Amino acid sequence: MSVSFDKKDGNVVVVIGTGPGGGVLASELAQKGVKVVALEAGGRHGPEDFVNDEWASFGQISWLDSRSTSGSWRVAKDFSGLPAWIVKGVGGSSQHWAGASLRFQEHEWKTQTVYGNVTGASLLDWPIDAKTMDPYYTKAEEKLRVTRTGGRKGLPGNNNYKVFEAGAKKLGYKDVHTGRMAINSKDYDDFVACQQTGFCFQGCKWGAKWSAGYNEIPVGEATGNLEVRINSQALKIEHDASGKVTGVIYADADGKQHVQKARIVCVAGNSIESPRLLLNSASSMFPDGLANSSGQVGRNYMRHMTGSVYATFDKPVKMWRGTTMAGIIQDEARHDPSRGFVGGYELETLSLGIPFMAAFLDPGAWGREFTSALDQYENMAGMWIVGEDMPQETNRVSLNHDVKDQFGLPTPNVHFDDHPNDIAMRNHAYKQGAAVYDAVGAVRTFPTPPYPSTHNLGTNRMSAKARDGVVNKWGQTHDIKNLFVSDGSQFTTGAAENPTLTIVALAIRQAERIASEMSKGNI
Amino acid sequence: MSYVKSLTRRDLLKTSVAAGSLLIIGGGFVAASNAAWALEVTHLKSSTMATLIQMARDIYPHDNIADEFYAAAVKGYDTAESKGPVEEGIAALNAAATGRGHASYLAAGWERDRVDILRSMESSPFFQQIRGGLITGLYNQKAVWPVFGYEGESFSKGGYIDRGFNDIKWV
Repeated sequence: MSVSFDKKDGNVVVVIGTGPGGGVLASELAQKGVKVVALEAGGRHGPEDFVNDEWASFGQISWLDSRSTSGSWRVAKDFSGLPAWIVKGVGGSSQHWAGASLRFQEHEWKTQTVYGNVTGASLLDWPIDAKTMDPYYTKAEEKLRVTRTGGRKGLPGNNNYKVFEAGAKKLGYKDVHTGRMAINSKDYDDFVACQQTGFCFQGCKWGAKWSAGYNEIPVGEATGNLEVRINSQALKIEHDASGKVTGVIYADADGKQHVQKARIVCVAGNSIESPRLLLNSASSMFPDGLANSSGQVGRNYMRHMTGSVYATFDKPVKMWRGTTMAGIIQDEARHDPSRGFVGGYELETLSLGIPFMAAFLDPGAWGREFTSALDQYENMAGMWIVGEDMPQETNRVSLNHDVKDQFGLPTPNVHFDDHPNDIAMRNHAYKQGAAVYDAVGAVRTFPTPPYPSTHNLGTNRMSAKARDGVVNKWGQTHDIKNLFVSDGSQFTTGAAENPTLTIVALAIRQAERIASEMSKGNI
Repeated sequence: MSYVKSLTRRDLLKTSVAAGSLLIIGGGFVAASNAAWALEVTHLKSSTMATLIQMARDIYPHDNIADEFYAAAVKGYDTAESKGPVEEGIAALNAAATGRGHASYLAAGWERDRVDILRSMESSPFFQQIRGGLITGLYNQKAVWPVFGYEGESFSKGGYIDRGFNDIKWV
């Protein structure tokens, strides 16, 4: 089971990152008989050592390497060194995610066509559509055992959901349910059903929530075709005189550098590290970084239009009990410009424990207005807003040459300005979210600003034409045919839905393509 | 630095000065006014520690949380490294209080007066450091969670599947 490949073996596929993109791709390739070395920057954690403790878990699994921020987004003010709340370790952010598994709506694959010209936005149609993706979404839903798909039943609603659902129905919302979730709604052979423990963000101690880390990687490893190297951070991708990539320089846990030769390299380090790696791989032949002839690497960084609404009541809710994201209102997800913005948003229940609530309810606030809200914590309900944000060329991940990491490489800077469409949508969502709670007697409501980004998307966008983006419809870079991008950075536009299911579906599809092209000798 | 629970009330009262709801005791202690607990202060002046504790309460006032927990949240500033900036910050706080006609920050009897003083220095690095530190220093103390009703870890109890994850009846 435990296989080890030679670093000079140039026949392996090197996958950088083991999250829902890279982890699924690596496992799928291994199951098709392809030899894979997966380089994982972090360590390996799982249900056996996850902790039901917000700050302790944050320290255990988060990506905490130095990053900087700029732009007018509030995260740059509240969390200047932490633009993203994502995971470093086997399984990537599928350890931390809440499990919401939604397909894109049909129109969200072609927003340039459907939304028309939006000033300041770099909208572009994806080179793939709902019909192309339908079979891969079905495969992804099977893999993730998504509730309310494939005949699987929904999860039961917790207290936070009961308040949310009652308010939604009083307001006249129709599409309200306990979500399509990658959380087991019954016992399966190897994994138990959800025990309503809470702490979904801290890694599920029951293994009831799907994670690439313990659901996919071990399956790949069992084939004998997948070697996962933990604590191995990719620093630079090398290429030959013909422009094909030949291997990856990485640092091990002791900082010692190695080169792993490769036939194909697939980059899946999340939308901050993936473009950073391509940019840090600049050479005399590719002075602007790999796969960057379009100048699009790092651009069109998206993070979803987000925010939260919390509300206090005169009776207990105990929202922390049970599934963190326990239900959804989908009525506002449609594209309906009469609301004053293009695209739409989802409302999804969310809860935080008291330690994180203190940090995130209103960052920087103090005094009785703030503490009297926390005093009502037991009577509090909460929801998260997730909507489509506008891609903008100037929202980008770039190299911060003033700050170097532990390996001496420039760190990433994340620049983001809200688009006026994002602001209009957020204000609409704050109003509707508050109305949901007011409908069931909220005493106070709180429009809570965005957390550090959990949905990082779009910095190596997929495009039909090479000049418009970084990768083609297979996630293969336009410039270098044995270099692929396999994570959410491929996203052309963000859609309103939580992105993981789409990332997994794209990875399943890409694995098929790579295996097929390899067997034909094309790459 | 440690909590000292063995001092008798008589011992405390011999050398103490009232400071808000706290007592400042000669010999490097800050104590609860009922002597239920005392905090030994090694590097900072005891009046500085008492002021810090009051400042912490005024920043994040929870009437159901005892001073002991605010003390625990700021006791980490009693180090050789923090002494300089903290004494300086508290001196600035007292100067702002004096400028508003109070003998000191602790001598301002109403919370609204102390909050006015804090507002006047809200953008200072000292205020922001104390405020930021309290987010984890105060709210990540497991002992205060029950005050908010928060139940913390639940895996060892089998989650809430059989313990009320959907038990509210009012909606």
